[in-house]
Amino acid sequence: MSVLVVAEHVRGELRPVTLELVSAARDLGGPVAVAVVAGDPSALVEAVDVEGVDEILTVAVEPDAFETDVVQAAVEALIAEREPDAVLLGFTVDSMGYGPALAAKLGLGFASDVFALRREDGGVVAERSFYGAKVNAEVEFPGHERVVLLVRPTSWAPSAGGGGATVTEVAAPAVQSRARHRDWVEVEAGDVDITTADFLLSVGRGIGDKENLEQFEELAERMGATLSSSRPLVDAGWMPNARQVGQSGKTVKPKVYLALGISGAVQHLAGMKTSGTIVAVNSDPEAAIFNVAHYGAVADLFDVAEELEKLF
Amino acid sequence: MKIVVCVKQVASLGDEVEFTSDERDVDPDFLDYALNEWDSYATEEALRLRESSGDGEVVVATVGDEDAEEAMRRALAMGADRGIRVWGDGLAGADPITVARALAEVVRDESPDLVLAGVQSSDAVQAATGTALAELLGLPRVAVVTKIELGDGTATVHRELEGGLLDVVEVDVPCVLTIQTGINEPRYATLRAIKQAEQKPIEEREPGDLGAPAARVRRMFVPPRGEGAEMLDGEPAAIAQRIKEIVEERLR
Ligand SMILES: Cc1cc2nc3c(=O)[nH]c(=O)nc-3n(C[C@H](O)[C@H](O)[C@H](O)COP(=O)(O)OP(=O)(O)OC[C@H]3O[C@@H](n4cnc5c(N)ncnc54)[C@H](O)[C@@H]3O)c2cc1C
Repeated sequence: MSVLVVAEHVRGELRPVTLELVSAARDLGGPVAVAVVAGDPSALVEAVDVEGVDEILTVAVEPDAFETDVVQAAVEALIAEREPDAVLLGFTVDSMGYGPALAAKLGLGFASDVFALRREDGGVVAERSFYGAKVNAEVEFPGHERVVLLVRPTSWAPSAGGGGATVTEVAAPAVQSRARHRDWVEVEAGDVDITTADFLLSVGRGIGDKENLEQFEELAERMGATLSSSRPLVDAGWMPNARQVGQSGKTVKPKVYLALGISGAVQHLAGMKTSGTIVAVNSDPEAAIFNVAHYGAVADLFDVAEELEKLF
Repeated sequence: MKIVVCVKQVASLGDEVEFTSDERDVDPDFLDYALNEWDSYATEEALRLRESSGDGEVVVATVGDEDAEEAMRRALAMGADRGIRVWGDGLAGADPITVARALAEVVRDESPDLVLAGVQSSDAVQAATGTALAELLGLPRVAVVTKIELGDGTATVHRELEGGLLDVVEVDVPCVLTIQTGINEPRYATLRAIKQAEQKPIEEREPGDLGAPAARVRRMFVPPRGEGAEMLDGEPAAIAQRIKEIVEERLR
């Protein structure tokens, strides 16, 4: 019984999810090894040498930037060598590129967006959501001695402290990379930095129509709030990229986050759930946003907006 | 150029839920169905690539029962040429690895130049089928793509990372790409196109060997509400008043 965690990094920086994976691994129990597959893995060893890590496996690869074939081959080699019964990856864009492939190729148990983990009678039981995060499920992996799990970021507190894990270098397997990193393109900076705002008025698909946006721009101004949004409004070109809250947008932590017509998809919550006070207005009493909100109102957002206009 | 697009009919819950008697899933009476949002972007992208290449074929493939043809008809109404529906034992409520196994055989038989799938389905959020399918087909893959430029034997794509950072990736073609929302603006199907789509062929296939499921739902349940979540009741005016008080207190 042992757990293999794969460290995530981008442009030389360790991603915080890595240390959360270590905490998740400790919940499962058994020795924990962290794999660092990178151009210069030694540069990341210190950052992953935290409480609960027994061994750090370093694999030096070319290039340092994530390439799915390269990372998959390295992790496959580590699985063959260490025979962990659980492999934990972040539920992240990088992992989406190879985690399911590992499971398909090696015939492993698989689940993603996992936010709770335990062992029962030796087997792994994972919790995840279905149907717009309105229901949760316990998932088991009958007949599988090994599972690959993609773990929802921010579900576990990052492991810290500790240190002194054994470091083992492992040779990178030869692999032909069929999807090659060429360049990075940064997100365009916007007219405002929503990450520094104390008060965000955040609108979602519930506002229905582009024509309605102006009303909320005005409302935000009256209330002294900065306007932000969920992804669909950015996809539709109604709102600039820089104002998107969530996993592929900005992570925000305002004093007040007022969400109008946002369902509370996991990738949205990833960007705002640590806000000081979350207030959500949604016409659907079962909307997942109410699971993280401090205050909620089941109401039509336009009715509430109209009343707010009178008060500010 | 032949493109296969993997699409899924997704289910969403209204504001009431009951579970099946074995508690492993939601009672279907409480579910509404639609074409997965990500798959409509994937379908649109395939149609655009077909259009810019001058000719070719867009084939949509789905794993689902007969009712799931409705979602596939949406993709056909957008302009896809024909459909393939895979269904058989072991596929109801199947995990994404099993779904990928069911798709692999039919996609392989089509020998496409490109395979597209949505990043994830809105009802299961596994973000796994496309990547697993690529592995089973022995194809390169890129997940979470927001731009595709086809070249000679390769494609240059944007892979959108956390925080919006874009990774420019050169990928050998044929390949599997999982498509992110926002890559394009999916077209609406006209009423005429919807009617015409009824005539487009949908081939039915049985899956080959699916192997052991990668996971099994043991129990579904309604999650507990977040601690401290306080519901503001009353008329909109009362709700607005409370919101004002909360905002003023927190910002003080
Ligand atoms: C890799 C990846 C990254 C992603 N990154 C992000 C991200 O950074 N940010 C992000 O937001 N999403 C992101 N998403 C998308 C995410 O999964 C959801 O699709 C998205 O958050 C949904 O936005 P929404 O809540 O506005 O829309 P919906 O889910 O459509 O919700 C609309 C809500 O409005 C409510 N509503 C409708 N009308 C009214 C009314 N009149 N009054 C009150 N309420 C009403 C509805 O009940 C519903 O709950 C990402 C997805 C992927 C796969």
